[in-house]
Amino acid sequence: MSILIKNGRVVNPATKADEVMDILIEGERIEKIAANINFSTAQLIDASEKVVVPGLIDMHTHLREPGREDEETIQTGTYAAARGGFTTICCMPNTNPAIDEPSLVEFVLKEAQRSGIVEVLPIAAISENREGKDLSQMGRLKGAGAVAFSDDGDWVVSSHLMRRALEYVKMLNVPIISHCEDKSLNQDGVMNEGYFSTILGLKGMPAEGEEIAVFRDLLLAKMTGSYVHIAHVSTANSVRLIKEAKKAGIRVTAEVTPHHFTLTDEEVTSFNTNTKMNPPLRSKKDVEALKQGLKNNIIDVIATDHAPHTFEEKEKEYNFAPFGAIGLETALGLAIKELVKKNVISLMETIAKLTINPARILGIDRGEIKEGKKANLTIFDLEKIWEVKEEEFLSKSTNSPFLGWHLPARIEYTIVGGRVVYPVRKKAPSVRADL
Amino acid sequence: MDFKRKDLLGIEDLSKEELLYILDTTKSFREVLERPIKKVPTLRGRTVVNLFFEPSTRTRMSFELAEKRLNADVLNFSVSNSSVSKGETLLDTVKNILAMKVDCFVVRHSVPGTPHFLARSLPVSIINAGDGAHEHPTQALLDIYTMREKKGDVGNLKVTIIGDITHSRVARSNIWGLSKLKAEVRVCGPPTLIPPEIDRMRVKVYYSIEEAIEGVDIIMMLRIQKERQERGFLPSLSEYIELFSLTEERLKLAKEDVLVMHPGPVNRGIEMPARIADGKRSVILDQVTNGVAVRMAILYLLLSKKSEG
Repeated sequence: MSILIKNGRVVNPATKADEVMDILIEGERIEKIAANINFSTAQLIDASEKVVVPGLIDMHTHLREPGREDEETIQTGTYAAARGGFTTICCMPNTNPAIDEPSLVEFVLKEAQRSGIVEVLPIAAISENREGKDLSQMGRLKGAGAVAFSDDGDWVVSSHLMRRALEYVKMLNVPIISHCEDKSLNQDGVMNEGYFSTILGLKGMPAEGEEIAVFRDLLLAKMTGSYVHIAHVSTANSVRLIKEAKKAGIRVTAEVTPHHFTLTDEEVTSFNTNTKMNPPLRSKKDVEALKQGLKNNIIDVIATDHAPHTFEEKEKEYNFAPFGAIGLETALGLAIKELVKKNVISLMETIAKLTINPARILGIDRGEIKEGKKANLTIFDLEKIWEVKEEEFLSKSTNSPFLGWHLPARIEYTIVGGRVVYPVRKKAPSVRADL
Repeated sequence: MDFKRKDLLGIEDLSKEELLYILDTTKSFREVLERPIKKVPTLRGRTVVNLFFEPSTRTRMSFELAEKRLNADVLNFSVSNSSVSKGETLLDTVKNILAMKVDCFVVRHSVPGTPHFLARSLPVSIINAGDGAHEHPTQALLDIYTMREKKGDVGNLKVTIIGDITHSRVARSNIWGLSKLKAEVRVCGPPTLIPPEIDRMRVKVYYSIEEAIEGVDIIMMLRIQKERQERGFLPSLSEYIELFSLTEERLKLAKEDVLVMHPGPVNRGIEMPARIADGKRSVILDQVTNGVAVRMAILYLLLSKKSEG
């Protein structure tokens, strides 16, 4: 099976190339990239006026399986990814049970292969059962296929355990991803602490609740000479701390979510529970700093923190609804709208933060368009405006704060290993037929 | 003026004109309360449900009396928040009651925004009777009505609100209302009970009760919850009393004709001694009386138009 992509604007951050080219895919690999390829037996994709980029990589997804298959399954999560242009997603281990042993890593990989349509790379827990007490068997977990370690959802509160984790992974070359949150400061807060939490009477989570944790983890990275990736950075001071750390030679990278660089805590005035996430939506000043951080490469990656929750869970009083919003299907549109169209960073930089940058952090052979490499490609129409509609989500959940928004960059095709996975032929079944 | 709202959710989103219109409308209902027969047929055939998810005695009774004096049929539904976790969601509970064909819900709930959530989801009128630390619009309306009744134009007044500002919906609703009417508003309490960036609501913040009281027309004392001590906001209740209760000495720092207000119920001996609560500067019971009139006005404004149409 071969596919010929004609006349696409190929944007490839690995080489900084941005030119109209043809791409020939043979089997699951890229066979040839050239100005004018003719190959009559191939399936033809006319990509004129379209942008062709390496398949997007999301290094922060919650697939909820095992444990909360009512919110998302590995299968439905991959469908949502495909619709969002993601060909590779890394799933966080805060499932039930937590992904903290090799057999569970294998389960995720097998289930993704069986029912999924994009690549799923599991992230395993730093500590057993994510309890922050004992290290998980990181060597074996890596052997089973884990690409990173994180207790995401919880910070590793024990500085001692975090130190040992950072030390231990030095021999494994697998990153530790830290969810930075001092819960003893945040308490039972439900939104950013500031003017809007004050007028709404909702309990606040101060920016310092994140920054204290970021600072400690930067110090531990320095102390151990190890490497840490900071998940979902949301405050101006976090950006500043990471900037200083990078300047000082500490090995750190960072990610931001589209909702954090798009929305402010003023959104919560609607009391729409889809604006409730952790870290919370922050102030205007923070959003500005996040954009500057993206511009100055303090923030290396755009990641979704796709966090599906059922309609029933979210259709509640604000305090009682769970934290989180889905993001896979709106990420590229928001990045183009907020960053490229508003001249914060270039299209090339934006795509880099969605492809080659996360690939390098994870040490995976992905994120570039090159002859001989696996044919993971995303094709989108930069100018095509589409509306975010509840009924069109392929995710099992619809908890998005962007319902009704009009976004640019509609995904035309998502190709994984030489196979067109989006447009999908049919939606993932909500109940597994073969069980 | 045409009052076209479906709901009363807060003071923040009312215009100055709407605010004054409600206060003026209250005046005629206040007169009804002085009649030997305190009942008008305004809402005959309409059904109002008092939906209280938080314990409340006086606000619920005040609403119930207001409803009955307007001749509405009244249904009381009081539950603790914990029953929500038994399976039936709030929205389902309310939709079930709505299916019995009612016209209005008066909602009190511990979570901010819950009345807004219901207002968005239901076609009938919602009146916020207090949502967490967010708003308590009818309380602010009765407070401001009482100030106008006693002092005239609120725009000339200096008002100080003293106590636990962080957890107070009464403070927030009063701040919005008073600042819309151009009163000078001060808030005072220990820094642990003053929420961040409250100065952006155009209030002055004081940590000293003496300074906060200096030269004011109105002192509004807020109820302090004893559990604030357990949650680390206060070192001890007795220290709080020493620093922030209203004493005869402190009262002398205000204007001579100062009014002392309290949303109730007063912790006598904590926010103020009984002698001040019952004293000649206190208008605490006037507030309670006016509360019924304000609630009658709100019910009338939200519900009567629809019954005519």
